[in-house]
Amino acid sequence: MTTVSKSARDFVAPHVRGLPKSGIRDFFDIVAGRKDVISLGIGEPDFQTPWHIREKAIESIERGATRYTSNLGTPELRQALAGYMRQSFRAEYDWASEILVTVGVSEAFDLAVRALLSPGDEVLYHEPCFVAYAPLIRMAHGVPVAVLNREDTEALADFAIRHDLVLISDEVYSELTYEGGRFSMAAIPRLRDRLVFLNGFSKAWSMTGFRLGYVCAPAPLTDAMMKIHQFGMMCASSTSQIAGLEALGHGESDIEKMRDSYHLRRNFIVASLNEMGLDCFMPRGAFYVFPSIQSTGLSSQEFALRLLNECSVACVPGSAFGACGAGFLRCAYATGMDQLKEAMERMAAFVKRL
Amino acid sequence: MDPLLGLLKKNARESDATLAKELATTPEDIRARIAAYEKEGIIRAFQAVVNEDRLETTDVRAVIELRIRPEREGGFDRVATRISKFPQVESMFLMSGAYDLLLFVKGQSLQEVASFVSARLAPLDGVLSTATHFMLKTYKDQGVLMESEPHDDRLQVCP
Repeated sequence: MTTVSKSARDFVAPHVRGLPKSGIRDFFDIVAGRKDVISLGIGEPDFQTPWHIREKAIESIERGATRYTSNLGTPELRQALAGYMRQSFRAEYDWASEILVTVGVSEAFDLAVRALLSPGDEVLYHEPCFVAYAPLIRMAHGVPVAVLNREDTEALADFAIRHDLVLISDEVYSELTYEGGRFSMAAIPRLRDRLVFLNGFSKAWSMTGFRLGYVCAPAPLTDAMMKIHQFGMMCASSTSQIAGLEALGHGESDIEKMRDSYHLRRNFIVASLNEMGLDCFMPRGAFYVFPSIQSTGLSSQEFALRLLNECSVACVPGSAFGACGAGFLRCAYATGMDQLKEAMERMAAFVKRL
Repeated sequence: MDPLLGLLKKNARESDATLAKELATTPEDIRARIAAYEKEGIIRAFQAVVNEDRLETTDVRAVIELRIRPEREGGFDRVATRISKFPQVESMFLMSGAYDLLLFVKGQSLQEVASFVSARLAPLDGVLSTATHFMLKTYKDQGVLMESEPHDDRLQVCP
């Protein structure tokens, strides 16, 4: 009898093998290592983490606060988060049983779908969207169903109640809205028992590398997510939690400064794109624009590749964020004005040549 | 504060066209607003922030604390205005606390600054005392770090 030994590849579980790599990742590989590229492909704030937050983290390490924390996160941080939810959205969450501190919002989302989904359960999600939703739903043995959502939040709340659904709301950009006040699903009281609210520190305080997020949800759901989190992750980094507490306590003006700056850049990039004939919606939050490149006759992949090769400007093809993103380009404006200006000049010249 | 002033304080060389786009207005409007600020004396000058430590000069800069006697009419203003007219004085502020005036002074050598203090400032009528501190190194000036933090070490593409 002969035994054929498996190759390393064969050891990989089929459902993971079948998981497509992120479209962003593909593009990253093309851009990586190229010099003189201005990248508008970075979904990460360009600001340094505010100094008082870094300073607090350093100080905590000096003092030796480097142990495990409670699985749920430090009581101080959870209490501060409960206060933040109350103050920002008039949402009451019990810090002891309804708030869980996670390693970024991606982990929070992963916990939510793993805690909620039984194999085969369908998850409706909007497209275009963050690249991790569909893969994480699949990994939790759910079935992702992309929808183009044009409903407003109230209608969405009604829909969830009418069909007796759980709603997962990723609000990591909630602090970066430009016109009008903040809004949150957590501010809709009738959703309370079916809402899993996700948020984090990365975008508001430019703390991406700290990997700090949190989830607010009714106690039974928080408890279920906590079980997965405690075995998989133990707790979020203690240093990051201390930094997060500092951000919540003394970081209101940091957000304001960065928000004002994104606001100006948004105005600039939208005006520039429209001026060069790329129809661009004026986004009301976050730091991305999604101009249509259909008028050029190129596909988003072709446009992005040629823009990179001919002008050294990196933007991500819209199709990386779902099929409905085809014909669009994603440009992040979390980049300094000098670079944005240069990128817009190069891009205008490129479009003119087409 | 008008956001236009904030943008000019950060980068006074920004083009009118870019400023207009950022502030969702026209270049003509930007030019008119700047002209009005200049006329009103709100914008006093456009200057570069230079790291002088990197220049090959022997220039010396010092901070001088000055105690002066207030006058019955006009308080500190008459003496302060006289002092501020010396070209050696780059910046000057009226302060609360242990002294009255804080001067930022520049000279071509240590001796020059020292003699400015002893020959020009100290003998002035109304000046009670001076304390001179020479500057050794600039870390930050007018909100600008002299050594940039390593900045774009971000991944080139990310979600």
